[in-house]
Amino acid sequence: MKAARRAYDRVWSKMSGSDRGKYLFRIARLVQERARELAVAESLNNGKPIKESRDLDIPLVAAWFFYYAGWADKLDYAGLGANPKALGVAGQIIPWNFPLLMLAWKIAPALAAGNTVVLKPAETTPLTALLFAEILQQADLPPGVVNIVTGAGATGQALVRHPDVDKIAFTGSTAVGREIARATAGTGKRLTLELGGKAANIVFDDAPIDQAIEGVVNGIFFNQGHVCCAGSRLLVQENVHDDVVERLKQRLSTLRLGDPLDKNTDIGAINSAEQLARIQELTAAGEEEGATRWSPACEIPANGFWFAPTIFTGVQSSSRIAREEIFGPVLSILTFRTPQEAIAKANNTPYGLSAGIWSDKGSRILAVADGLKAGVVWSNTFNRFDPASPFGGYKESGYGREGGKQGLSAYLAPSGGAK
Amino acid sequence: MSRLAVPKTYKLYIGGKFPRSESGRSYEVLSKDGAFLANAAQASRKDARDAVVAARAAVKGWSGSTAYNRGQVLYRIAELLEGRRAQFIDELVHSEGLSAGTAEAAVDLAIDRWVWYAGWADKYAQVLGNGNPVAGPYFNLSVPEPTGVVAVIAPQTGEGHSLVGFVSAVAPALVAGNTVIVVASEAAPLSAISLSEVLATSDVPGGVVNVLTGSPKEIAPWLASHADVNALDLVGAGGLDWVQLQVDAAETLKRVLAPEDGPDAAAPSLERISAFTETKTVWHTKGLL
Amino acid sequence: MTIDTGAGSRTAHPASSAEAARAPHTTAQSASSAGAARALDLLDGPVTDTTLRRYLEGIPGVDAVGLEQRAASLGTRSIKTSSKKLALDRVIELIDLTTLEGSDTPGKVRSLVAKAITPDPSDPSCPQVAAVCVYGDLVPVAIEALGAHHAPRAKAHGVTGISVAAVATAFPSGRASLAVKLADVADAVAAGADEIDMVIDRGAFLAGRYGEVFEQIVAVKEACRRKDGDDAHLKVILEVGELVTYDNVRRASWLAVLAGADFIKTSTGKVTSNATLPVTLLMLEVVRDWHRMTGEKVGVKPAGGIRTSKDAIKYLVTVAETAGEEWLQPHLFRFGASSLLNDVLLQRQKIRTGHYSGADYVTID
Repeated sequence: MKAARRAYDRVWSKMSGSDRGKYLFRIARLVQERARELAVAESLNNGKPIKESRDLDIPLVAAWFFYYAGWADKLDYAGLGANPKALGVAGQIIPWNFPLLMLAWKIAPALAAGNTVVLKPAETTPLTALLFAEILQQADLPPGVVNIVTGAGATGQALVRHPDVDKIAFTGSTAVGREIARATAGTGKRLTLELGGKAANIVFDDAPIDQAIEGVVNGIFFNQGHVCCAGSRLLVQENVHDDVVERLKQRLSTLRLGDPLDKNTDIGAINSAEQLARIQELTAAGEEEGATRWSPACEIPANGFWFAPTIFTGVQSSSRIAREEIFGPVLSILTFRTPQEAIAKANNTPYGLSAGIWSDKGSRILAVADGLKAGVVWSNTFNRFDPASPFGGYKESGYGREGGKQGLSAYLAPSGGAK
Repeated sequence: MSRLAVPKTYKLYIGGKFPRSESGRSYEVLSKDGAFLANAAQASRKDARDAVVAARAAVKGWSGSTAYNRGQVLYRIAELLEGRRAQFIDELVHSEGLSAGTAEAAVDLAIDRWVWYAGWADKYAQVLGNGNPVAGPYFNLSVPEPTGVVAVIAPQTGEGHSLVGFVSAVAPALVAGNTVIVVASEAAPLSAISLSEVLATSDVPGGVVNVLTGSPKEIAPWLASHADVNALDLVGAGGLDWVQLQVDAAETLKRVLAPEDGPDAAAPSLERISAFTETKTVWHTKGLL
Repeated sequence: MTIDTGAGSRTAHPASSAEAARAPHTTAQSASSAGAARALDLLDGPVTDTTLRRYLEGIPGVDAVGLEQRAASLGTRSIKTSSKKLALDRVIELIDLTTLEGSDTPGKVRSLVAKAITPDPSDPSCPQVAAVCVYGDLVPVAIEALGAHHAPRAKAHGVTGISVAAVATAFPSGRASLAVKLADVADAVAAGADEIDMVIDRGAFLAGRYGEVFEQIVAVKEACRRKDGDDAHLKVILEVGELVTYDNVRRASWLAVLAGADFIKTSTGKVTSNATLPVTLLMLEVVRDWHRMTGEKVGVKPAGGIRTSKDAIKYLVTVAETAGEEWLQPHLFRFGASSLLNDVLLQRQKIRTGHYSGADYVTID
């Protein structure tokens, strides 16, 4: 904290925007140069398939720094009027599901806006954050601008409660997000929260069916379902339910579960024993509540934490598996009859992070998108991310946005505008 | 002097109707110098609950109306207020003890704020929203949308606060299509109720604005903890245990605006509009083939 | 519209209902009217432009971005070295080695046939290709050059042999009268062609005259019949580069399958846009759905533009993960290619010898 404050006061807040930007550009390039090493490290770190860390996580990390680098000397255009001010020291706490990508989502806009950072990676996945520290050294970033502290919940709490923190950005569970909102109440600390989700993926009977199946698979089985915006509820129009389920089963049968470092692996390992236990508990509850469970026949490795891709049919809105965030490769399938019913069911959750719509009818897609209480709506696609595109939720999925201009302004205050 | 005046009964404004408090309670509203002005309804937690139900029911229609329409409806409030200037000036003079000149200026300011915010209705989304140049074949658009139901603790102090403060807090929340429950100035609730009468005869649909009079200290915690309230504007809660209110609001992660003091509390700004919006980003594939 | 086909026609859509998939289907594939018969079944009425349009345009659309992403992701599958040799041999076994030039001569065809029989003279373990593909007038030359390797003769000796495929129906444009097209086909069949690669009338398709396209395929299929009952197999070329959109490709694929195609083939190789992985994936999805619906298996042939082993292996992966590994046989999947073979041979030599080979170590045909 002290290092971050000192770096803010003495160096970073005095540096020109263009120089801050140049540091960020350097970081982006260094990430690209060391992409392969980072991808392997991330798969070891987290258990995610190398295909994903290589093709998604690491390229997006570089893209995030590249995007925000360009903002550093253009803050007047961030939407807060001329000469907006940095907030000061940002405390940032990130989860284990996308360790390095979440780090980039947090650090890049904070530094571009002129803040310094104290970041705490998840206790189970500090590896790539530490590699990233090495990259910062190669970039010759002034000491103290980025500080990485490893540790568990207590470290995070200390960070949140520290009187010298001006901004907290947190990605993680809604329960912890709530704690943070309570802890910062009345302190004037700015807060961005990216929390849980229970996204609906809505498939209409005119959907481009094969792409919809791919999107549904990608929506829930991407990163073993350890994704806050995972499309964990599939809402299928009732007249195509059987066909969709049959196609889905056929497709799931071709998924490969196994060694995360094998380039052909689609589904890697579950991150921890604790997470596995939660998935097992909730799926057991699903069966008890009368839903029908199905998994493809697939070999499960003997060692480590694994969970076969699983779908539940005959799920009702009231089921636990339709309401609680499972954070695993488990899809609950519900049906609807009309667009109105689809919207109502999709919104029937305290969460509101993301949603998917599959239909060939443009006017219906736009109207359904209007009706969904979700911060990100993917139409005929799912789980797309881009540094230029704001991401974040409604309701109990948190507040504030990351990405885009909105993500930048989360680290800025208007000139002279007292909070 | 020969005619005996007919005094008004000041009631709550919930769902477009003017009920008394379900509790049957009322409290004396006194002028600055202690003279009896009226009995105002003293809202209870159940009135707050009813107001939330009314506000929630009104979200769909209000947020679903076109921005052009919302702008006109808000502007219509200014028109009606202008026509009843005299009444509001009179009320401010009596309830806040303002000079006629100050009261007049306050009413004009309130009217102008409606006009200013009315103009934002079909513009804020253009200013706050944007198309995003993502790296891929996607149409990608971010637009701000209303958060939903906003509970407001209206300013409780300051010259003209009972009208100007009230309007300054309520108008921006309405611009995007939110519906509101406002706890009016406890000491000077009369302008708020009279304004409700303006709203009731304007084009603002019932339930879009719900006005509670009574004790903010008593009502605010129920609103702060209500799971069907999406956001909380504590602008006038400086005199309450507002930190606890913010803690209560954290249970369902409500969006919260902190108390503001001083004569310029809830000063007009785009930020007051954006505070109660959610950015929705819609992706759609683009393909010629 | 007075005819209400209602749920009946709706559920018969390939992607609309699982019931249709389970419906028993008894069409005899060899009957020349099989196409017409199964179409009647699905269309709920006579085969006309109207019924076909209602059916084909009712098929769910294709999202281009999603299709291309799926194809790209299939393209990232990596093949272990141990499987690679098997994969390369399989690629060779699936090739229709092709020459389709105005300058083709008997000498050129004989050279092509020699290459088909012995792709790699330095390696006797190298398999033969599936077929040679030539213009109709050169069929006799190809058959003569193949000699005992020609599939019908080879079969008598218990080996697969190499088939002769002829392009016909006013290839590549298809701009001729039906009578001329049928004569073209009849000639090639009479000359002994084992397979006919016909082109659909893209003009008619794009103008919405689906019935005409359908009738032509049915007629050509009829012209493929031989008195001895050993009919020539019919590959129907959609010319995807002229249909342009994926929706069109999908509809044309269904149309061809309905009309009785044994194979659907992407392209002639004579326009700028030929086989691509997404378009092949799309066609594989159609034959997969057709199989789900009827139990019949239709083949797919990407042609033109596949030049490297790496690309070819992406296609194998796509076939295996879409229609299933059982489709990786010459009667269900072919590559229409010429230069691909030499690249595969170079890769095979690299695996065999452990070092990279060079162009002088493979033969030109």
